[in-house]
Amino acid sequence: MVSGLAHPDVVVVGAGIVGAACAEALTAAGLRVLVLDRGPLAAGTTAAGEGNVLVSDKEPGPELALARASRERWPRLLAELDADVEWEEKGGLVVATTPEAVEPLHRFAQAQREVGVDACTLTPAEARALEPHLTPEVTTAVHYVEDAQLNPVLAATTLLAAVRRRGGETRPFVEVSDVDGERKVTGVRTPQGTIPCHAVVNACGPWSGSLTAKAPLPIMPRRGIVLVTAPLPTVVRHKVYDADYVGAVASGDAALQTSGVVESTRAGTVLIGSSRQRVGFTERFEVPVLKALARKAITLFPALAGVPVMRAYGGFRPYAPDHLPVIGEDPRLPGLWHATGHEGAGIGLAAATGLLVADLLTGRTPHVDPEPFRVDRPEVMVA
Amino acid sequence: MRVVVVGAGPAGLAAARAAARQGASTVLVDAEPSAGGQYHRGENVVVPQGVEHLANTTVWAVEGTRLHLRTGPADAPDRVARVLDCDALVLATGAHDRALPFPGWDLPGVVTAGAAQAMAKAHGVAVGRRVVVAGTGPFLLPVADALRKLGVDVVEVLEAGSPLAWAREPAGVFAGRGKLAEIARYRAVLPRYHTRSTVVAAHGENRVTAVTVAKLDRDWRVRPGTERRIEVDAVCTGFGFTPRLELAVAAGCLVDKGFVRVDDRQTTSVPNVYAAGEITGIGGADLARVEGEIAGTCAAGGTPSASLLKTAHRGRVFAAALDRVSSVRPGWRTWPDERTLVCRCEEVDLAALRTAVEEHAALGLRSLKLTCRVGLGLCQGRVCLRNAAELAGIPHDADRVSRRPIAAPLRLGELADTPLTPALEE
Amino acid sequence: MKVTVDGTAVLARPGQTVAAALLAAGRTAWRDTRGAGRPRGLFCGIGVCFDCLVVVNGVPDVRACQRVLADGDDVRTQHGAELPR
Repeated sequence: MVSGLAHPDVVVVGAGIVGAACAEALTAAGLRVLVLDRGPLAAGTTAAGEGNVLVSDKEPGPELALARASRERWPRLLAELDADVEWEEKGGLVVATTPEAVEPLHRFAQAQREVGVDACTLTPAEARALEPHLTPEVTTAVHYVEDAQLNPVLAATTLLAAVRRRGGETRPFVEVSDVDGERKVTGVRTPQGTIPCHAVVNACGPWSGSLTAKAPLPIMPRRGIVLVTAPLPTVVRHKVYDADYVGAVASGDAALQTSGVVESTRAGTVLIGSSRQRVGFTERFEVPVLKALARKAITLFPALAGVPVMRAYGGFRPYAPDHLPVIGEDPRLPGLWHATGHEGAGIGLAAATGLLVADLLTGRTPHVDPEPFRVDRPEVMVA
Repeated sequence: MRVVVVGAGPAGLAAARAAARQGASTVLVDAEPSAGGQYHRGENVVVPQGVEHLANTTVWAVEGTRLHLRTGPADAPDRVARVLDCDALVLATGAHDRALPFPGWDLPGVVTAGAAQAMAKAHGVAVGRRVVVAGTGPFLLPVADALRKLGVDVVEVLEAGSPLAWAREPAGVFAGRGKLAEIARYRAVLPRYHTRSTVVAAHGENRVTAVTVAKLDRDWRVRPGTERRIEVDAVCTGFGFTPRLELAVAAGCLVDKGFVRVDDRQTTSVPNVYAAGEITGIGGADLARVEGEIAGTCAAGGTPSASLLKTAHRGRVFAAALDRVSSVRPGWRTWPDERTLVCRCEEVDLAALRTAVEEHAALGLRSLKLTCRVGLGLCQGRVCLRNAAELAGIPHDADRVSRRPIAAPLRLGELADTPLTPALEE
Repeated sequence: MKVTVDGTAVLARPGQTVAAALLAAGRTAWRDTRGAGRPRGLFCGIGVCFDCLVVVNGVPDVRACQRVLADGDDVRTQHGAELPR
């Protein structure tokens, strides 16, 4: 593997889901791509996610447009690659459990419907017909049939396998210390030597802010913790979350926010989130966070109270101050492209992001409007 | 000052005794109904005077020197919660048998040597009537002997390694001469003791009814043509021990070459956290007791005697030699076939593991787990991850493998109701 | 002490674990795996492997080797993954 591509057209830094999707789209466009990661493949934020491909949690705007494009592309891409990555069109169910939460949820869903999202408002009885173990306290719910899920590590490693089949290369355990070039990119520097190239894609997720001091980004880690139950028979059928989740996602507060998010995996475990905290890259677990997650899950599904919790794991979402991904070429260093800042939606947004990077890099007409994600917007150009 | 000791085996008991003797308010926390650990199981062990013994108590989380406990019947949904703060913590959580996968190792009747020992010592129950004991290390003999005393027909005791390796360890032999002499105690099973041999397959439909045993070469590859079939109704297997590191890792202790790093006063890398016994290196009960006494003394602010430190040093010389002599050799990786389960919980076979490595290039533990689900079941990789890493050819970082912030499962309702701080009277 | 195992009355000694009582009663397997439906029983014997799971008084995922029997306990085979009653 060490010999490999001596003169790649593009070096993608970061072998998570976003880097994998970029590399897949770039190799599909005929470019020679080398993917580097300082660790193993798909072992960072991608390995800490639940694999959500959601439209339900996004209000009308550029992120929803990207999410819908991505939701459409994912199954086609997986079919093209003939890949089983546990793709499941399970649908999302957003649930209100108080009378006060009914009106804002209905308004949110109405706005989404106006731009074409399939958001179906349900009575409590209808909601419980979809989710028999759901709390009787439910006051209303919205069903989003488009919400889907996949296994993010399988998805990323499958995309990277396609990259290798097309003559690209994936090189794990190689750390990029800097991007070379003054006026434009000339290569990337690694402990094993400099790799010459004219284009670099920064797909380093929460670590992307400091890939090179020449082009810093204000991307910060926003920590999340997930509880995992013992394998269960089918208890939870959809991705089910509390209506307060959208508010927690949109918040810019560094302090802890938790919201009930519950879903099953194909393996039978139930994943319980979600928490958001800006506490740097700490790996410490705090019992109060675990407790809050447990409480909120039981609020939604009282039947889970007797189920064993066997694991808790944490991860870091790449957080951008204006909650929008950063996708495009960096005007400070032409040839340096960013694909980052997807926060907790990177799995869902990856398919469209990869294609957009390939569109822009090869000069094709972009498949979604790239303007809102551009690198030189004031919220990103802080340095 | 309060010292909390976790684990009531030889190391923990000695630590609690020493801490109490120094005048510390001492609490001994242990998951079993009675003190003694695996080593003294079934014996009537007296808890040292002045020590508060919390039996049937699981530590499910550690935050610094704050412990989150549950007391009650194992895995019951309504155990009593308690949060315990301490000035110094001694971890003496011990080790469990390492099992290596071979075809049929998931059949009922195939158990670890430790399981057979625990059933025999605590309950007088035999795991079978006609048994083969296979593995490596001196622990196989007492297990075989305990079964023999219950009237079990111990057909063969198979040591995969070779005791001739002791010839290269003169310092170890000298330091451990007392331990080595103990082997004479097991003379009743010695005639059935074979070296460079092991069980390479277990047969049966719904339980083990026979095994294939074979001779091994130096690297533990099967020597072709040496296979023999033996009718049995149980197999006891143990290839050394895996330390139980999750609490130490959760407390932030540095792990080095698979064990908690300690200095000669049993101090870990975290202030006020001490470790003793098998989690600092597999050394047996005698060394564990000495380390426990040192740890308990230091945790309570005392100074261990020079002779105690010297005894510990001698014990470690023997333990290091024992580790070299009993090390698992890489040829074991040829024992499982494509359909042998690597992960028993998630039923992941060797073929699935190979696909993850070869097709998905899952060369890190986390990616490997999420690609083929190895190690993601209820045991959380305690049984399989070390083996999976070796089979996949990826580094086995004990501290990453043992990162289990929820150190023991608890029910979601227990977690939802957990107190966050100690009760007022604490 | 009297307990029931899969509906049948079994005598148990105080202090005995579920696994010890089952082995003494001649059982070697008391769980089916949720994937292949394979039988499982005692393996590590010290609470580490979670292979010997049983349902005790309606609560699944109880380690038979760790759980000490109480008089009147209702023990039954665990079939794959189960929800608490």
